[in-house]
Amino acid sequence: MKKLLSANQAIAWAAYRAGCRVAAAYPGTPSTEIMEHVAEFKGAINCEWSVNEKVAMEIGVGASLAGVRAMVSMKHVGLNVAMDPLMTFTYIGAIGGMVIINADDPSMHSSQNEQDNRSLAKFAKCLLFEPADSQEAYDMVMAGFELSEKHQVPVIVRTTTRTAHTSGIVEIGSGERGEAPAIPYVKNAQRNVAVPAHGRLMRFAAEKRSAALRERTESTPFNRAEPGTGDLGFVASGVAYQYVKEVFPEAPVFKVGLSCPPPIERIRAFAAGVKRLVVIEESDPVLAEQIRAAGIPVLEPRTELRMMELNPARLAALRAELLGTPAPATPKPETDIPVRPPVLCSGCSHRGPFHILGKLKATVCGDIGCYTLGSAPPLAAMDTCVCMGAAIGAAIGMRKAGLPNPRIAAVMGDSTFFHSGMTGLLDVAYNQIPVTVMVFDNRITAMTGHQENPGSGHTLLGEISTQVRVADIARAFGIKRVHEVEPYDLAALEKTFAECLDCGEPAVVVVRGTCVLHEKLAGKRINAVDAEKCTACGACFRIGCPAIVRGEAKDPDGKRFKSRIDPQFCTGCNLCAQVCKFGAISPAK
Amino acid sequence: MSTHHTLGQLFNVSLVGVGGQGILLTSDILALAAMDAGFDVKKSEIHGMSQRGGSVISQVRFGSRVHSPIIPDGQSDVLVSFERTEALRYAHLARPGAKILVNDMERIPVTVSSGLQPPAKDVAKRLAAYPGLMLIDANPLAVQAGNLRAANVVLMGALSSLVPFDEAHWQAAMRERIPARLLDVNLRAFALGRQAVR
Repeated sequence: MKKLLSANQAIAWAAYRAGCRVAAAYPGTPSTEIMEHVAEFKGAINCEWSVNEKVAMEIGVGASLAGVRAMVSMKHVGLNVAMDPLMTFTYIGAIGGMVIINADDPSMHSSQNEQDNRSLAKFAKCLLFEPADSQEAYDMVMAGFELSEKHQVPVIVRTTTRTAHTSGIVEIGSGERGEAPAIPYVKNAQRNVAVPAHGRLMRFAAEKRSAALRERTESTPFNRAEPGTGDLGFVASGVAYQYVKEVFPEAPVFKVGLSCPPPIERIRAFAAGVKRLVVIEESDPVLAEQIRAAGIPVLEPRTELRMMELNPARLAALRAELLGTPAPATPKPETDIPVRPPVLCSGCSHRGPFHILGKLKATVCGDIGCYTLGSAPPLAAMDTCVCMGAAIGAAIGMRKAGLPNPRIAAVMGDSTFFHSGMTGLLDVAYNQIPVTVMVFDNRITAMTGHQENPGSGHTLLGEISTQVRVADIARAFGIKRVHEVEPYDLAALEKTFAECLDCGEPAVVVVRGTCVLHEKLAGKRINAVDAEKCTACGACFRIGCPAIVRGEAKDPDGKRFKSRIDPQFCTGCNLCAQVCKFGAISPAK
Repeated sequence: MSTHHTLGQLFNVSLVGVGGQGILLTSDILALAAMDAGFDVKKSEIHGMSQRGGSVISQVRFGSRVHSPIIPDGQSDVLVSFERTEALRYAHLARPGAKILVNDMERIPVTVSSGLQPPAKDVAKRLAAYPGLMLIDANPLAVQAGNLRAANVVLMGALSSLVPFDEAHWQAAMRERIPARLLDVNLRAFALGRQAVR
């Protein structure tokens, strides 16, 4: 049976077809859709949104040790969070097949860094596959479960944003659920309890296993030489292989599918048959360095191929360099076009709080989510953003460093708070740090496309669950000053924010709204501008709402346009009416 | 099966616009239709921030065998833009003489309305310099079909007459991808779009 599937969909299908029984993930672009598609097989696969990637990984570990096939998925920075269990689980070793989907994001389409996690597979002594398209993603997950069981090793499948979000035709066989009977559980402390005495034994066993994995990678059909003509030969992995095939269709290519450990001896044999060997991979020179270290000469082109996503144009420039032909002509883009960055939606519950934080001149340590958009002009109300949960620790550090600004806030969303903000807040409570922790709680994981979380009251499968209140957690931690406010009353927000920021003790403000995009509120209530009263002062434009657009009318000097509200996008949140000093904006529906 | 299914050279379509305009659904249906017509196909897109009003691009390639999911600049056979300024931003994706199908409407970026950067000048005039330009007023046609939100499907109908396979494959793909309760409105929108470019 053939289907048009993204790699993310293909991975979910492979889990189903391979008889995977347990799956867990925390959402993160570009990996999010994997678990949403796994949920379509809910009768067969026990799946969940975990609170963070570390918990997801540990669930995979437990399931594997219990003898069933398990899959966990996360974005590349999520694997940082999950490294702790992985680094010891790799010593213990899988029993039921354990496949870890790791989605890298070259070019940082939706991430804060471009780390190449292939290095982490080497670090963790795992197997790592690099699919070049959806069919390979499917095949490699299927094979990954088997190899994981055979070698008792966790298997990582590294997708990238391009492969994860490219759809192609995938052969999924019968489409029926696969059978993989559970391996009977046997209590075995020496095998499964990682204490120093056992760990030393595991260390030697892992080394022996690595030797077996090096033999495996030399024989797997996922690594293969494709013949061609000419002086140039390529080693290529992942989607980079597709660009090589497109731009150098005549050249011999050694396609690396199982890239950790790399098939060095087969590459050596391939290299012997070509005059110049070029390695094409996204992003770090992970393969190139290992091939060179084995004494195989690798060309170092002048064309920059390390940072950011590769594409056919970059390889065409390489082709011109290597063959000494003129640089290919590429059409020039039009100039003087305004950029169109993503923005907080019209009616977004994060807009008012950021407007007030800017007005109060607070130093704001931000975090990862839609609300990171509050750092962009015209709101420009954020000072730092590092990683999930970092806002609170960074705010503590700024306070301890003696920052002159008395007003220091840590801002994060609900899902980020549950993911890794709670520990930071406990540190604030325990060490009595005078910072204000603000949780912009829209009761959904919004940025990645509205996934449920412990605050939403539902699970991945839509089952009713506990609905955790952030304020209850703060109070349980012993924080005395805890407020819950609603996001659209600017005067009330300003009063509460100022009180907390100036109080000299730990404070928590939970701004409770709902995601307007999730609730589909656009157009239900709308505001309108009275052009008679509008003076074209521009104050409403400075809250950065996409529903506020340039009107037809101008001010009396004819210099500035009055504003207008696009009824298609307005949610009637009424923030603009509150920043208008001339009473020109009011509810119209 | 289409009579064109031996397409040796790839056929490349780039679809661009603003997040929330239904670009991804359109490219999904195009890719399904091409698959139904017997081609190898790849559809590539970057989303994640796409619903927040940012610039969005999706690319569909089909033929006997597709390698790169990314279409090299200057090689799109058709550029479909759901908005005028975005058509200009991505005009260099189109090959010389390519059809550039544009929904004749403009969405001002927040960075412009808030005064942070100047608006694009002479958008209509600069677009008119492209010989393959086809403007279509999709929004009123969508309203006529029964829902403004079907403007993307009006454009899809217009696109359908510019690709080398039969309308039947589009119909099959729409039936597969669009929920039954919304199918009628969308089929009407598709038909209006297809007529509009004839």
